Amino acid sequence: MILDVSALRKSFGHLEVLKGVDLKVRPRELVFIIGPSGSGKSTLLRCCNRLEEPTSGSIRVEGIDLMAPGVDINAVRRRIGMVFQSFNLYPHLDALGNVTLALRKVLKKSKAEAEHTGLHALARVGLAEKAQAYPNELSGGQQQRVAIARALALEPAILMFDEPTSALDPELVGSVLNVMRELRESGMTMVVVSHEMRFARSAADRVIFMDQGLVLEEGPPEKLFNQPEHPRIREFIASIEH
Amino acid sequence: MSRFADTFLNWTVMAQYAPKILEGAWVTIQIAVAVVIAGIASGLALAVLRAFRFRMASALIVLAVDVLRALPPLVIIILFYFALPAVGIQMSAWVATWLALSLVLMAFSEEIFWAGILSVPKGQWEAARSTGLDFFQTLRDVVLPQAVRLTIPPLTNRTIAITKNTALGAVVAVGEILYQAQSAYSFSYNPSPLLLGAVAYLILFIPVVYFGRWVETRFAWKR
Repeated sequence: MILDVSALRKSFGHLEVLKGVDLKVRPRELVFIIGPSGSGKSTLLRCCNRLEEPTSGSIRVEGIDLMAPGVDINAVRRRIGMVFQSFNLYPHLDALGNVTLALRKVLKKSKAEAEHTGLHALARVGLAEKAQAYPNELSGGQQQRVAIARALALEPAILMFDEPTSALDPELVGSVLNVMRELRESGMTMVVVSHEMRFARSAADRVIFMDQGLVLEEGPPEKLFNQPEHPRIREFIASIEH
Repeated sequence: MSRFADTFLNWTVMAQYAPKILEGAWVTIQIAVAVVIAGIASGLALAVLRAFRFRMASALIVLAVDVLRALPPLVIIILFYFALPAVGIQMSAWVATWLALSLVLMAFSEEIFWAGILSVPKGQWEAARSTGLDFFQTLRDVVLPQAVRLTIPPLTNRTIAITKNTALGAVVAVGEILYQAQSAYSFSYNPSPLLLGAVAYLILFIPVVYFGRWVETRFAWKR
């Protein structure tokens, strides 16, 4: 088990956003999380590397308990790649600089070594020739692919995507999904929060439907999309796919 | 007309006191450079300290900064030079002027750096932390480079405004430009040295003002 979340709860003040969520992700699995906005999908992802501090529950990444006192959170975080809706590239660094920063500062690689790894990661997302471009010189789709390369370069055990295509113009979505598809084929373990239902149908091993801070149902995409047990899910999918 | 020239553009008097004014200009440059270095470095240090959000430290910083921003710099100089000796703290007029202005610049630059740090989007912190950078690495390698860039135009303006206050040192007899010009005036009963002093300030600070404008355009932020 790469990621093992159990009984996870998270409150913001009086608002309980996660009400006891379990999530298990096996190696090489692509798990898709869908659900209406406010259902706690993003919070779940953000708790998995403690960008949000969980209120209670347990999170294990490659067997390491993230909630244990004295855990080296920075060491665990670099095993969990994270891709954000708004890319969050560093605007003062070029694409290669974005990808190599953690290699140099966290993994303490030499400049040459970091750049070698960084260029390889950029090549995997098809942007080796944009290594010297600054984020403001790249399209949204390219920026998101650089962000994926930034996460990939650290050779994470799992990659988490928080609505990776929601901020993109429709014609740029495909390039990012293609990269994700290739990652899946290369055996990367991934958790994806997204509304790209067609991608979920074709690429996901498992789909999880969250509603109001709970997992309402989970299963293979054919099952969840075509014969969900809960009418709530059917409604949601109909509303997304028009 | 000749009386006007005799009074304000008396070349003999000017020539006589020009070396003094030049001497004053050198003192002004020394204080100004020392103020810029000490003020900006300590302002940045305080802003970084504040970023750690230790409650007590932050409260003290805010208090100190507010007090220093509210007090007129001249009052601080006079307090340091005339009042502190009463409690046993002696300092030269040079040090009193330098310290007072450095503290004022520290206060303003802390506020500017802090605003810069706050203006860096939260997503930058999250992206860096998610790759395993610790708090300090994130601050140093991701947030500060962006924050400093945003702060350069306001900081340059504020720095010019505060370094000009080196003229206040004249009140406690620091031998900078204004002091030299005033004493030349009282010796010669002729205001020409005052004009010469003004020209000296222009020669010193006009390039700085131009430099500030250049910096503003050079660092105009593009995303």
